[in-house]
Amino acid sequence: MRKEPVLQVEDLRVSFFTDEGEIPAVDGIDFYVREGEVLGIVGESGCGKSVTSLSVMGLIPKPPGKITGGQIKLNGEELTTATEKRMRTIRGNEVAMIFQEPMTSLNPLFTIGNQLMDATLIHKKGNKKQAKQRAVEMLKLVGLPRAEELMNDYPHQLSGGMRQRVMIAMALVCEPKLLIADEPTTALDVTIQAQILKLMKNINAELNTAIMLITHDLGVVAETCERVVVMYAGKIVENGLAVDIFKDPQHPYTKGLIQSVPDMRYKKQRLYSIPGNVPRPGSIKKGCRFAARCDFAFERCMQEDPPLYDTGEGRSTRCFLFDHKEAKEDDNQRTTVTS
Amino acid sequence: MAEPAKLPEQDWEEQQEETLSPWKEGWRKFKKNKIALAGLSIVTFFIILALTSPWIAPQGIDEQNLSIRLQPPSSEFWFGTDDFGRDVFSRVIHGARLSLTVGFLAVVGSAVVGSLLGILAGYYGKWVDTIISRLFDILLAFPSILLAIAVVAILGPSLQNALIAIAIINIPNFGRLIRSRVLSVKEEEYIMAARAVGMKDSRILFSHVLPNSMTPIIVQGSLAVATAILEAAALGFLGLGARAPQPEWGAMLSASRALLVQAPWTLVFPGLAIMLVVLGFNLLGDGLRDAFDPKMKT
Repeated sequence: MRKEPVLQVEDLRVSFFTDEGEIPAVDGIDFYVREGEVLGIVGESGCGKSVTSLSVMGLIPKPPGKITGGQIKLNGEELTTATEKRMRTIRGNEVAMIFQEPMTSLNPLFTIGNQLMDATLIHKKGNKKQAKQRAVEMLKLVGLPRAEELMNDYPHQLSGGMRQRVMIAMALVCEPKLLIADEPTTALDVTIQAQILKLMKNINAELNTAIMLITHDLGVVAETCERVVVMYAGKIVENGLAVDIFKDPQHPYTKGLIQSVPDMRYKKQRLYSIPGNVPRPGSIKKGCRFAARCDFAFERCMQEDPPLYDTGEGRSTRCFLFDHKEAKEDDNQRTTVTS
Repeated sequence: MAEPAKLPEQDWEEQQEETLSPWKEGWRKFKKNKIALAGLSIVTFFIILALTSPWIAPQGIDEQNLSIRLQPPSSEFWFGTDDFGRDVFSRVIHGARLSLTVGFLAVVGSAVVGSLLGILAGYYGKWVDTIISRLFDILLAFPSILLAIAVVAILGPSLQNALIAIAIINIPNFGRLIRSRVLSVKEEEYIMAARAVGMKDSRILFSHVLPNSMTPIIVQGSLAVATAILEAAALGFLGLGARAPQPEWGAMLSASRALLVQAPWTLVFPGLAIMLVVLGFNLLGDGLRDAFDPKMKT
């Protein structure tokens, strides 16, 4: 069953204009999030994940940031040209966001209840009493016990996991269609991570909220996402179903990422790491952006920038290894036959 | 319904006893600081003095009795009398009202204007920041007392104009303080989170940025009252502030400076009053800084 995309991003380009000139942080990416789906966006730090999510929210700091091209459609509405006033009614109401650092995402001077009620009253009509009721409801929904008392607590009285739950409650208070979670579990303990991921899955299932999960942690992706988009240096290098990508990663970068996850079973082997760092955005002018770090790179990779090749079953990969793949395979078959 | 996960109940049973707002927590720290409490007592003492001066002062502001000129301190005239036969004790008490009023009003004025400008500069940045910051730089380029003298020279010497002058010279101190605080607060994630739920800029400024920038204003404010009182006294001493019969401490010092040898009590007591009240505000300010300064917080 194909559902309508809640969010459709087409050829999105975001640049930062600094003293050193234009730095393209996101360089023409396409993806979509369907209703009630969990999409994972994976990549190392600095590959443009967060910039992508902030663009959807219309929260790119401008200047120096600017969306230089492409479209972002939320429920069919174009967001890149929307006014700030319109964006304000969308933010929190139709698309909400939670952040990496639950310890600092709440205002230390106000109670939890105060902040939750505030978030409700921005978009929903109603009096304080109703807002309070709604806030308590939300706290219960995100699995926080003794919600009524928690309303009067200050953020510093809560643990990181509890604060992240509060943040999720705050994000969901207006029942957005899409929830953007920017590294929601990175700052949390592993056990709490699992709880928060479980909570997000529950919310996805019960409220049918689509989730765009941004992370560098493949474990998180494996646990929660249906589809995955792998980003590298501002471009999408691979996308497809999570199961497929884990079973058979196609792009060398994805392979590297998967190999870099420690595995208890092979303790003696040295943990693989992709050599080098993510290039500074805009520093690679020619060829594939991953070529310098790629074990499979050949002459062509240094000269041309590979397009995204459709590799079947809804997957695509930005790598020359998949250019004329079928043709190559045909060749191989032929040679085996003749030999 | 999401399944409520197990949370460490025990931990917050302990915290539950007392819901502490950051303000209350600061007050708790403040209470432990003896020196700060001493400052607070001195300040409170002077405030009560100022509020009740018309009732507790034995004599009026300007009750002259030339038959008792320049009497040394005695059981009748505790601080002695001046060359017009006025009771110095009464005048010092009346002066508390003038000095504290000038100190408070000048600080409130400069804090309000400075904070507003500082917030605008810090939050909006760009040309707004450039204009406001350069304005502060210009104000700071003059030695403050010189600037105050210039302002009084333009407006004419009176206690009220001295107050305005002191308020103006203190604006950049508050403005720059708040600007830098806002610059760091606006990068906090809760500001981004507030924007992500669709909050308006003005709302974010006044309900998130301003409250979180409040502590340095309070700390700086209490210290600034001390300097403002000193500056008012200095202007009074120079004859640019309070006028003759007004029992402003600086003006009293100035009026009696010819009597330094002959009747030192006419100078010592107003001087002591200035010293004590300034000390009180400084101790209070230091205490507040220790209790509320975010850098000391864990």
